[in-house]
Amino acid sequence: MSEYTLSGARTALRDGSVSARELIDAALDRAAKTEAELHAFLTLDHDGARLAADAADAEFAAGRDAGPLQGIPVAVKDNMVTRGIETTAASQILAGYVPPYDATAVARLKEQNAVIVGKTNMDEFAMGSSTENSAFGSSRNPWHTDRVPGGSSGGSAIAVAAGSAIVGLGSDTGGSIRQPAALCGVVGMKPTYGLVSRYGLIAFASSLDQIGPLTRTVEDSVTALEALAGHDPLDATSYRGDRPDFRTGLDGGVAGLRIGVVRELSGEGFDADVETAFRRTVDLLSEAGAEIVEVSLPSMETSLSAYYLIAPAECSANLARFDGVRYGSRHDGATVEEMMTATRADGFGQEVIRRILLGTYALSAGYYDAFYGQAQKVRTLVIRDFESAYRRVDALVSPTAPTTAFEIGSKTQDPLSMYLSDVCTIPSNLAGDPAISVPVGCDGDGLPIGFQIMAPALGEAVMFRVAHTVEQLVGFEQRPPMLEVWA
Amino acid sequence: MPIDIDIAHVARLARLGLSDAELSHYQAQLAVILDHAARVQEIDTEDVKPTAHPLSMVNAFRRDEVRPSLDRTEVLEQAPEHEDGYFRVPPHLETQ
Repeated sequence: MSEYTLSGARTALRDGSVSARELIDAALDRAAKTEAELHAFLTLDHDGARLAADAADAEFAAGRDAGPLQGIPVAVKDNMVTRGIETTAASQILAGYVPPYDATAVARLKEQNAVIVGKTNMDEFAMGSSTENSAFGSSRNPWHTDRVPGGSSGGSAIAVAAGSAIVGLGSDTGGSIRQPAALCGVVGMKPTYGLVSRYGLIAFASSLDQIGPLTRTVEDSVTALEALAGHDPLDATSYRGDRPDFRTGLDGGVAGLRIGVVRELSGEGFDADVETAFRRTVDLLSEAGAEIVEVSLPSMETSLSAYYLIAPAECSANLARFDGVRYGSRHDGATVEEMMTATRADGFGQEVIRRILLGTYALSAGYYDAFYGQAQKVRTLVIRDFESAYRRVDALVSPTAPTTAFEIGSKTQDPLSMYLSDVCTIPSNLAGDPAISVPVGCDGDGLPIGFQIMAPALGEAVMFRVAHTVEQLVGFEQRPPMLEVWA
Repeated sequence: MPIDIDIAHVARLARLGLSDAELSHYQAQLAVILDHAARVQEIDTEDVKPTAHPLSMVNAFRRDEVRPSLDRTEVLEQAPEHEDGYFRVPPHLETQ
């Protein structure tokens, strides 16, 4: 019961073969059996979830149907505020904060009678690629508990992979949905910037952040995005056009599509098993009728450098609000400045402090043009490279991450090596384009490998179409071996 | 080119009260990261305009309508200290 897909559960709920209450009981039971080992959650909302499930069952009984998420257990990353449920973004500085309102993404889930299982663990303020930067302890990969789940949306990826939720909500600033999805063997997608409201998403880098779903299948990703996307007047950057059609052509295959392989996203630093699985998948797409074109995007190599100036710069401004005045923890001081400097130094973890310092430096007088200003120009070049590629191809593909799940602790002392694990995912954030990771196999150690499909802004339909084809061609149906023990 | 960072100045700007040991720890790490990030300076960006935002956004105006805001009591409950409907903080200036 814990391994339903969204489309499977949706059908089962409507033909009466399962109830929302049974789904949430199974999800909570799985969480209870796995939390000690995996630590996917910061908060499990047992009572609220059961009440919501019973309410969903009552809706079904009354013949009312608010859509495909009705009665579906969803795990929400802890950087989205939830009314009445503690929300910390995995930071000590927000310990004990109980928001008085819901993020729009959360409100949409509730309007559609989804059942929120709880709040998932993450790298503090979404800064990290391993979920080791949580102030409340690191999470572990369900495929191998000595390995990281990826990050920063590691908890949501684990919850979906291990069966504690059918859908996970994550946020993606430089790969924080796609990379943990790849490392945990699930599907994770970052929508076009502006499609999903950021209202109530605790901001990291506002021009890059985007909420998106983690699911077991590509079709489930389509369904979840349909439920999340839509204009929100509370987010000034929210897309104001009509919601695009994400689903058309999903089953259409890839015959006649031109798919570009990004030359710069391979080679040095990429695991041999990752490259082999990637090439094998490209060959399958070719055999299925896609025209494969090698594409060179020279700015990819500099995009990581630009990102590690732009994202810290925006974070240094966004995190100025955590000052011990309105919410969260406070350290006493004789003056307001002493109070603030002590509160911030004590409340933020090392990675967050590192990035605030980096961003403050890059924005400070005398360095602005050389660092931040130049990074913003490189961002323009990244966008131009993508635009020029999309004049020739319908979609671009690459591995999602250069390696499979690495060992816990192996990169925590070397921030730069951790940053390099986002090299394939960052360019789509800089461009504001959609991208998705689909599992395509496992390496020699039995760890999942992700395949990334990128598309132009609002090009979700073609992205999903290629992703769905990959899923069918590869037939990745493996589950974490430990599921047998946890079942 | 090693990058010279006045880390104490940066920490002060960011309102982070760090010890000397912490400052030198972060200074060393930032030097490594900035050395990598400085690659952006090797790119020819003559005549390239900076992008602040991925989509070409214009001001998003909303109607000037009265609508409910968050409940003040609920908001203040989350503050470390509040008094008479206000957030309470230590004095801005030291008293003599």
